[in-house]
Amino acid sequence: MAMWLFLGSECLLFGGLISTYMLYRGRHPADLGPDQIFDIPFTSVSSFVLLMSSLTMVLAVSAAAQKDDRRTNLWLTVTALLGATFVGGQVYEFTSFYREGLGFTSSLFSSSFYTLTGFHGVHVTVGIIMLMALVGINKRSSVPGDKAEVVELVGLYWHFVDVVWIIIFTLVYLIPS
Amino acid sequence: MSTTADHVEHGDHADHGDHVDHAHEPHVHEHKPDSYYVKVALILAAITALETSTYWVDFGAFFLPTLLILMAIKFVMVASLFMHLKGDDKIFSYLFYTGLILAILVYMAFLATFRFFSPT
Repeated sequence: MAMWLFLGSECLLFGGLISTYMLYRGRHPADLGPDQIFDIPFTSVSSFVLLMSSLTMVLAVSAAAQKDDRRTNLWLTVTALLGATFVGGQVYEFTSFYREGLGFTSSLFSSSFYTLTGFHGVHVTVGIIMLMALVGINKRSSVPGDKAEVVELVGLYWHFVDVVWIIIFTLVYLIPS
Repeated sequence: MSTTADHVEHGDHADHGDHVDHAHEPHVHEHKPDSYYVKVALILAAITALETSTYWVDFGAFFLPTLLILMAIKFVMVASLFMHLKGDDKIFSYLFYTGLILAILVYMAFLATFRFFSPT
């Protein structure tokens, strides 16, 4: 119950960030707007990687329900690796944008873009830390309470991060300004 | 929060026609076989490919509605099937979608306010 309430409140947080971006995405210099700098093929691959991490996460939840610790740890680790790949892609994207001259304070567009996608990246990073911590305590067999439920709770957070990216990918990247 | 430890159906060993009826047990949802989740992921990947194709292919007037519909389909699929909202207690769906709908309504009002009152 608490996790769903938390995720509901997270909807409001990302709703605010996405709205702010939608409001300001047209406020940029002519040569440094979303249509000029976004690399859609690259971001599509990143999106695909994050989407597949949702698959590996649900397989980890399934394995935990079967009390199969080895497969649970395997899928949790793969999920964390896919998440790390996504975050790595985001760091590369931010770096290339910065080199093209798009700093955080360059324009209202850049500020709202970096804030929105950066917040999402932080959420993915927190998810990776949760996944690796879960693998660690799972190996020591010291998961408090129902292990399957703990894995499922982390899974809910991870899937939420994925559904937020589904929205960001469409509204921010695919729909031109 | 639903628990998974007491699920009857497990992974690939799930038998679609031979499971205990959990209708009277609150907060319990069934887990599908792994192959089911792989199929869902393949559909999601195909939708993502279709979304991405709009970057190269001109969809004309259908461009925006297509993208928004595909986005909504992906969102609902992940929330319902991967997050198990579909087979879970309705209260969780209400909590999650209430937050989502509230966010959409509040920020539509927010954006409309800026549209109507911003200096031209």
